[in-house]
Amino acid sequence: MPKHHRSNALFRIRFHGRGGQGVKTASRILGQAFFLAGYEVQDAPRYGAERRGATIFAYVRASHDSIYERGIIRRPDLVVVADETLVEIPAAGVLQGVTKTTVVLIHSKLTAEDWIKRYTPLEKVVILHPVKTRRQELHLDSAACAGAAACLAGVITRDHLQRAIEEEFVGQKGSLVQANLTQALDAYNQMALDSGLVIAGSGDQGTTPASPDWIDLPFEAADISAPTIHAALTSTQVTTGLWRTLRPVVDENICRRCGLCSSYCPEGVISLDDQGIPVIDYVHCKGCLVCVVECPAHAIHAHPEPVPEGEQT
Amino acid sequence: MTRTLLTGNGAAAWGMRLARADYLPAFPITPQTEIIETVASWINRNEIECRMTTLESEHSMLTAAGAAAATGVRVFSATSSQGLLYGMEMLYTVAGWRAPLVLVNVSRGLAAPITLEPDHNDILAARDCGALQIHCATCQEVLDSILLAYRLAEDWRVRLPVIVNLDGFYLSFTREPVQIPEAAAVNRFLPPFDSGNLCFRASAPTSQAVAVLGGGPYSYFRYQAYLAAMNALGVFEEIGQEFRKQFGRSYDLLDTYHCDDADILFVMLGSFATKAREAVDHLRASGQAVGLVRPRLLRPFPKMALQRVLAGKQGVAVIDQNLSPGGGFLYTELATALYDQSTAKPLLVNFIGGLGGRDISREEFFEIAAETRRAVTAGTAPLPRLLFTAAELREVRKLQAIAGSRREPPRREP
Repeated sequence: MPKHHRSNALFRIRFHGRGGQGVKTASRILGQAFFLAGYEVQDAPRYGAERRGATIFAYVRASHDSIYERGIIRRPDLVVVADETLVEIPAAGVLQGVTKTTVVLIHSKLTAEDWIKRYTPLEKVVILHPVKTRRQELHLDSAACAGAAACLAGVITRDHLQRAIEEEFVGQKGSLVQANLTQALDAYNQMALDSGLVIAGSGDQGTTPASPDWIDLPFEAADISAPTIHAALTSTQVTTGLWRTLRPVVDENICRRCGLCSSYCPEGVISLDDQGIPVIDYVHCKGCLVCVVECPAHAIHAHPEPVPEGEQT
Repeated sequence: MTRTLLTGNGAAAWGMRLARADYLPAFPITPQTEIIETVASWINRNEIECRMTTLESEHSMLTAAGAAAATGVRVFSATSSQGLLYGMEMLYTVAGWRAPLVLVNVSRGLAAPITLEPDHNDILAARDCGALQIHCATCQEVLDSILLAYRLAEDWRVRLPVIVNLDGFYLSFTREPVQIPEAAAVNRFLPPFDSGNLCFRASAPTSQAVAVLGGGPYSYFRYQAYLAAMNALGVFEEIGQEFRKQFGRSYDLLDTYHCDDADILFVMLGSFATKAREAVDHLRASGQAVGLVRPRLLRPFPKMALQRVLAGKQGVAVIDQNLSPGGGFLYTELATALYDQSTAKPLLVNFIGGLGGRDISREEFFEIAAETRRAVTAGTAPLPRLLFTAAELREVRKLQAIAGSRREPPRREP
């Protein structure tokens, strides 16, 4: 059992990832583990229009007292980053409210030093090494993130974590539960040296907070203030290719040049070259894989992102 | 009694299950759908006995709900936002039928522009439809309020539909520890539906859609529904006490926190009030006598209870999570409720916050208290204040730049 501090301070933990990675599940595993460890808990996901690959965050609060805070966590004690590509996207808000006291757990191939050099507020960075799994097991990231976070919090035992996973996966296949358990416990063990690194309430600014910078919103005429989009092609400015977790790749040897993939692509990102061979705009392809399903010749295959070096097209 | 982690939606489904609702007409809408999915999975596994029908719209859903209730079965349904508005015509109709049923609304801001996150303009659009409204602040309260709602709806002094409201995301998708009461205890608190004259028998036809009536009879029936709604204040207090005896949790018309010795009070609805409660703790720690009042029952409006708790206070910050010409709904309703008092009235200061799920931070509650104090000192209330920061305007300007909005309006000839 790691060191046990029975304070009434509130743990504030934020998870960031992409739709499909299991960020909501990770927050639930951690929330359940805190609950089993005797804590009052609040866990919740937050997202816009649900979409695989889009940014999502989730949060967990835990305390020995009743919890009355709600909604976004502005000053987290721990930030868990399941997808490292999110850090550089301002809209994802990964670094929001992060200070030198915040522990940041990143699922990354880089080192902690690399991350600290890149981003000013980062000081307490812990690396969770990517789990070596086959592509179809990417969803197990969530269990690893939850397991690592549980260890960093310092008040959750391996037993709590195990029971939490069993509880959250009730009704699922035994092999799936076992795979998640293995991932979570491996990640928990990986963090052993940093157990208890997260200090509950470390980001709380106390009882005399600064004034908000409220403004008096002035009247603006409807040609400005109606939510109308005038600019054409604004969607090209959003690099939705970053959402992709699976990349459709055309095998030109099998392709019959029928053009069906281009017709079916809901994003309009598959064009045909002068030979009739499909060309996919990977900057905007979201990886929905409708083309893979529709291709009558089975010439389009799904490859995990990022494409291993040497195989890039 | 089991204590477990449930979302607000999960708690709503458990409320329906423990109330043993017979019929569930359904239509999906975010962020409500999880309620229907949860109940559907229980029906599928034969864990509960309930007939579920998927309808083609919320209008049909509420028609089916009212029609089923009028045959004498216990009915549950759920919707949100645009769905509530689409079914609005039938809400008035079903209330007019005096058909008792419970509808959950998961609050979500209304279009346009579109949002998935909560504010109360959806549920407040239903404020005059004749259905009663209970507003919840925690997942536990969602479950408990559904049991209270059936007692209220089916009481012979009331006999009206009841809407139980919970905030999208902040409750619907948020898990908290919830006590799930024992079925036997719930059965004692909420016996089987005594449908009385509501029944369906081929040998004894009845009609709910009564003929066109002139002003006199029309006035009679509408006014009877109004009187029944007003009865709900007393009935709610009664069943709240019964609930406390049975389950140990108190549900009064108002949820009050540190009100007795406060000179400034916050008044607000729903789950954001727990954020205010947290802020009150910090304000108290910094030596400020601030308290919080949250009406649970919004329809009918607990006027006398509010008059009592607000009596003698200097300033009241009314924080409206909705927007209406002339100020927030709660502000105007509260002003009306206090107007006919002969004693000194507190100064009401109106704040508009939490639209489309916008957060209200602790520092903002501090500023709300400070601004209310300044208004009390000045003896005059400022115009309603939208909680909106310079940083938020900068975000909007970025969106407008992408959308190609012009910053400067064109010159117009006078």
